[in-house]
Amino acid sequence: MTAPDMIVVFPGTVTPDLARTLDLGGYRWKAVSGADEAGKIEPQHGWMGAIIACDDDPESAWAFARALRKRDNPVNSVLLLLSGAQLGDLELRDDLFDDFCLTPFHPRELEARLRHLFSAVDGGSRPELVEHSGLVLNLETYQASFNGRPLDLTFMEYELLKFLAQNPGKVFTREMLLSRVWGYEYYGGARTVDVHVRRLRAKLGEEHANLIQTVRSVGYRFGQGRWGA
Amino acid sequence: MLDQHRDYVLRTVEERGVRLVRLWFTDVLGTLKSFAISPAELENALNDGMTFDGSSIDGYSRTEESDVLAIPDPNTFEVLPWVDSKSAEARVFCDIYNLDGTTFGGDPRQVLRRNLDAARADGYEFLLAPDIEYFYFAPPKAGEPLQPLDEGGFFDLTTTDVASSLRKETIRTLETMGIPVEYSFHEDAPSQQEIDLRHTDALSMADSVMTFRMIVKELAAMHNVHATFMPKPLEGVQGSGMHLHLSLFKGDNNAFYSADDENFLSSDAKAFMAGLLRHAAEITAITNQTVNSYKRLVPGFEAPVHISWARNNRSGLVRVPIPKRGNPSATRLEYRSPDPACNPYLAFSVILAAGMKGIREGYELPPEAGANLFQMSDADLAKMGINQLPQSLSDALKIMESSELVAEALGEHIFDWFLRNKRHEWMGYKTQVTPYEINRYLKSL
Repeated sequence: MTAPDMIVVFPGTVTPDLARTLDLGGYRWKAVSGADEAGKIEPQHGWMGAIIACDDDPESAWAFARALRKRDNPVNSVLLLLSGAQLGDLELRDDLFDDFCLTPFHPRELEARLRHLFSAVDGGSRPELVEHSGLVLNLETYQASFNGRPLDLTFMEYELLKFLAQNPGKVFTREMLLSRVWGYEYYGGARTVDVHVRRLRAKLGEEHANLIQTVRSVGYRFGQGRWGA
Repeated sequence: MLDQHRDYVLRTVEERGVRLVRLWFTDVLGTLKSFAISPAELENALNDGMTFDGSSIDGYSRTEESDVLAIPDPNTFEVLPWVDSKSAEARVFCDIYNLDGTTFGGDPRQVLRRNLDAARADGYEFLLAPDIEYFYFAPPKAGEPLQPLDEGGFFDLTTTDVASSLRKETIRTLETMGIPVEYSFHEDAPSQQEIDLRHTDALSMADSVMTFRMIVKELAAMHNVHATFMPKPLEGVQGSGMHLHLSLFKGDNNAFYSADDENFLSSDAKAFMAGLLRHAAEITAITNQTVNSYKRLVPGFEAPVHISWARNNRSGLVRVPIPKRGNPSATRLEYRSPDPACNPYLAFSVILAAGMKGIREGYELPPEAGANLFQMSDADLAKMGINQLPQSLSDALKIMESSELVAEALGEHIFDWFLRNKRHEWMGYKTQVTPYEINRYLKSL
């Protein structure tokens, strides 16, 4: 099987600096304006990696990054270009990228980062199972089980539980959960988070409903607090 | 996002070994309809929908264009917990479209979507929590009186045990399907149960009410018990209602709450309530759609009769529950006339339309009716400007017929069909000679 050798670049309009750096580095690349296009023109063996410039339209850029990771064959080597002011956006999105470079970038730095990113044999393998207090989430098959029994969840319930279980003990505000799990694409505001938490608790059953704890006037936490609160 | 939803559903079907996927939708009268497809057909159904002949569904038919398209809503995909997992089955609710891709006017779920979109355009999200009452009976036999489980010794076990273990099993099943329950208890009447659901957005809640009725009946039948949502199955005891706790959110704030008001009611809450009261008579045919519904709406059985509101007086149509202190999000209105035999999609639609009209046009809220209205004469009530709810299905249909609000909320297709169908139902009832009449008149006249 031929190894993938094509990089997908977002957004569709590429700055001359980026185009020059890629061309000089000997990379083959195609620019796309969205996930649909990336799917359509994808080479037979998939994309080697992705470069996503976040500075113009961060919302679309994050949506694009999310789409690449959530496909059946996720794109493994993802590099972000973003401004210093956007560094805060990286928090809790570690699963969406492998490296980043600040803009305006120094061409030598970007070159070095790309070389390193694509030299790795498999660009950053992620765990396939999340396990916590009897809960097992299989990230590959989307299946959840609790104490050995299958736990049937809707897609958003699954995504919310996965996010919480990957960050046990940490307190999240509703707004943070909404932006990280739903990506602002949903009606209903923070109320949506409450409704999904209630459904998850109902499905976990009365005895285990406290696996997702309400932290009064803040938000939610999965599992015990650091001091077993 | 939609693609990921579809993928998730397809993967789940594969991993869980689902053999049959039931496509659920609702006819105009609120009956759950279903057809099953194989997992192999599901991907196609999710992308392009499934065509079926709508003329076999109550309220769908328009003979010249009877084919319609059911498109599953992947967000509602659930594995059915009461089916043996070796031959697992799942359900998914569908939206119904015309073959040309436009929304189908006869689909109650689309009607509710349209009304929710209209409120959303004004910045409001509609949430509800229903308290659903129903009865358990021994399987009815033709010509014999109904037998509540609590009496009559039909079962060898003490019968209260059967009803309460059935209720517990029902709650477990509801929760497994993502329908959280707030409270449940044995109601006043023999064999009557009440299950209160936790609030959620109106579309999910209408789906949940459909699922609820299905689960209650299905699990009862598995134990050779008959569950019914008939509004007034027994004379002389209270009937089954479906009180609805209503709230509106604007962004993350409860639009009904105001810290400045003595009752913590915002101007939106007052105008919404005024809308409900002013249009209550017009929407009653939808919230109480059977001949039998009006046998529940009589004095003496904790059901509302008068169009009024009050804080903690349960004789009014709208009650304002006093929220626990320091919990603004609990401010809500309780609308007490609907019964569990209604079509929840249509009932939620007309209730929202009535309330939103009050907000849009700034209706003034009439004064609270604090006294027990059942103890007052009609003349005194009239002086206070308090009218009664329609007294019969026939009255309710007459008032609905001239309601622009209801016509607009339901759309022409359902509005016309519903009136035709229900007038027919009334005529069928009117021609009956009842045992009451025989007992009352045969000998004396």
